[in-house]
Amino acid sequence: MAVVRYREALNQAMREEMRADESVFLMGEDVGVFQGAFKVSEGMLEEFGEKRVRDTPISENTIVGMGVGAAMAGLRPIVEIMTVNFALLAMDQIINSAAHIHYMFGGQAKVPLVVRFPQGGGHQLGPTHSHTMEAIFLHVPGLLVAVPSTPADAKGLLKAAIRDDNPVIYIEHESLYGMRGEVPDNGEPMRFGEAAIRRAGEDVTIVGISRMAVTAERAAEQLASQEDIEAEVIDPRTLRPLDLDTILESVRKTNRCVVVEEGWPHGGVGANIAALVQEQAFDDLDAPVQRVTGADVPMPYSKALEQAAIPHEEHVVKAALATFRDV
Amino acid sequence: MATQRTAQQSRGRRSGQSDGAAGERKLPDKKLAVELLEKMLLIRHFEERAQEMYMKAKIGGFLHLAVGEEATIVGTTSVMRDDDYLISTYREHGPVLARGTDPRRVMAELFGKETGTSRGRGGSMHLFDPERRFMGGYGIVGGNLPLAAGLALASDYKGEDSVTLCMFGDGASNQGTFGETMNIAALWKLPVVFLVVNNQYGMGTALSRHSAVTDLSSKAECLGVPGERVDGMDVLAVRECVSEHLRKVREDRQPTLVEALTYRFRGHSAADPEVYRTKEEVQQWRERDPILVYAKELQKAGYLDEQGFEELDRKAVELVDEAVKFADDSPSPALESLYDNVYVLGDQIQGWYSVDERTPEVHRGEHESEVGKSGVAQELAEAGAAYAGAGDVQKRRREGEAEPDTGPADDAQKDAD
Repeated sequence: MAVVRYREALNQAMREEMRADESVFLMGEDVGVFQGAFKVSEGMLEEFGEKRVRDTPISENTIVGMGVGAAMAGLRPIVEIMTVNFALLAMDQIINSAAHIHYMFGGQAKVPLVVRFPQGGGHQLGPTHSHTMEAIFLHVPGLLVAVPSTPADAKGLLKAAIRDDNPVIYIEHESLYGMRGEVPDNGEPMRFGEAAIRRAGEDVTIVGISRMAVTAERAAEQLASQEDIEAEVIDPRTLRPLDLDTILESVRKTNRCVVVEEGWPHGGVGANIAALVQEQAFDDLDAPVQRVTGADVPMPYSKALEQAAIPHEEHVVKAALATFRDV
Repeated sequence: MATQRTAQQSRGRRSGQSDGAAGERKLPDKKLAVELLEKMLLIRHFEERAQEMYMKAKIGGFLHLAVGEEATIVGTTSVMRDDDYLISTYREHGPVLARGTDPRRVMAELFGKETGTSRGRGGSMHLFDPERRFMGGYGIVGGNLPLAAGLALASDYKGEDSVTLCMFGDGASNQGTFGETMNIAALWKLPVVFLVVNNQYGMGTALSRHSAVTDLSSKAECLGVPGERVDGMDVLAVRECVSEHLRKVREDRQPTLVEALTYRFRGHSAADPEVYRTKEEVQQWRERDPILVYAKELQKAGYLDEQGFEELDRKAVELVDEAVKFADDSPSPALESLYDNVYVLGDQIQGWYSVDERTPEVHRGEHESEVGKSGVAQELAEAGAAYAGAGDVQKRRREGEAEPDTGPADDAQKDAD
């Protein structure tokens, strides 16, 4: 175990998988000479050379499509896109090709492709660089979706994503790249579909998505110290597959549920999980499922406005308290 | 059109027809020459029959026929190696048949049957045959170009000398993927022959109304991909041209572009009233029918007499008859296979519902015995309601606990009442 940053954990995962499997390679804008827009691929060009760490032109849709073609022909490409907003240029290839090829060709082709990119606000990058869009990818059958929030998960899940035979949308968070945490040196891949219980508690279940798992944990500490409420914090880690069992088990115990995400409210991850929880555990709920989401606006540039558009601990605390108001 | 033809003559490869030298050029040996005709006849009859079956509602959705484009298709595939990749568009019955896929499986796919090339999941626009390295028909105009570059990248990466041949239409040359793919293919020196099947219309919009540059062979030049135009109505000219491009690309590892100037005698799809072109124009092109003109050339060379042609024609019809019979007799996919192949199953993903529940078996409702009683729940499940199965019941099953007597299915029934 060593303490490394989230970006280093991602770097380790790619290096270890590339050392172990010749068919794994990385391509994307500025991943080589520039070493990655967020320095995730630092040093990789030097170790693996230009065949396996490939700088691409700025052509998102085509880069992803090439990843699909190469994957169909037996390689295991990792495609890095600079931010989630740029991934929107590749939605055609992500949905029409990557997600559907296995199904539409009757199971005869597979697409073991990883498409990695960061999302999230907080850096004043305005309305075309700062959104949180895991819900859009969650919507699509055929994709797996990972939203790691710790260095250990970043590494374990990326290794799993690279080894999986399905197309994986692997969503990092810009504000987490510098986060430190313990990470196994040459660890095994984690399994998709296994949530982490970040904090045990009996009173209310708080599900945090991507970076909001961290926010949820902080809010839980506040609830404990100021309100004498013990929250159980769950980080699903992957949204497809979703570990609904762990969420339901917690809700059956606490009878209350809050879902926290940075993305937009309509058609969001929280909306989805709230629907699942009420379908499966309606009789166990003592209060409506609460959602904490980003504001329903394009991300503004001004620091004050941007911060106002992102959920913070206080919002989570308020939502958790709301589940007790009728008691 | 007149200007295009002039351009063809000035830039492109000469063909037997356009220079009036029919019958004088060197033909391939008799066996091969006749095989080319056989394949073109198969495609023609297959397409004509598919149209009939579409009118009879045996085939659903859209049906894009390549009648008139047979010389381009067969000329191209006939010079490809078995290990070369072919990737095509939604007008791909011809290419897949020319690549050697069993016509019965192709027709079965059009009929939406389990025995089809994509098990009835893809339909006319999404045929697939990995054994023949036919890497698919694609329904998004220009969507297959990046995939072609990816296939070629894989060939290079693995040190194979296979080449990818990528077919697309004139309309696709306006998509962003065209420019993006040409640039990266040239930049990375990828072994792709891009073949633009210029049938002169992007759906109902004539080339001169959709592309500022109508000489498509030059459209990728500024991106590092040189091109050449060939008479796409002449199977031998296409053969010669594509063969040379394949050889060059295989040796030089540099992409090139071939523009095959051709014409589709039928509409864009089976449901096309063809208001955008005149009957005279269609008739003019039909006089250059790639099958009839080539058959005459073979007859003149003594390879074939009238009777021999009729024999070939009859054989093609028989193959299509068999294909229709096979497709008709084949079973539709089983309803319980609806969720098959959404994911590649393995350690992490054990079944479609496992995406939500992580259970191995396909499951359609709270528990099947209860679902049967509830029309609403069943309808929801049939319609693919994403979470029709319940995680807790699955879990109890795994843990060997007894199941409750009632479930959401009953609740749904009550709600419906």
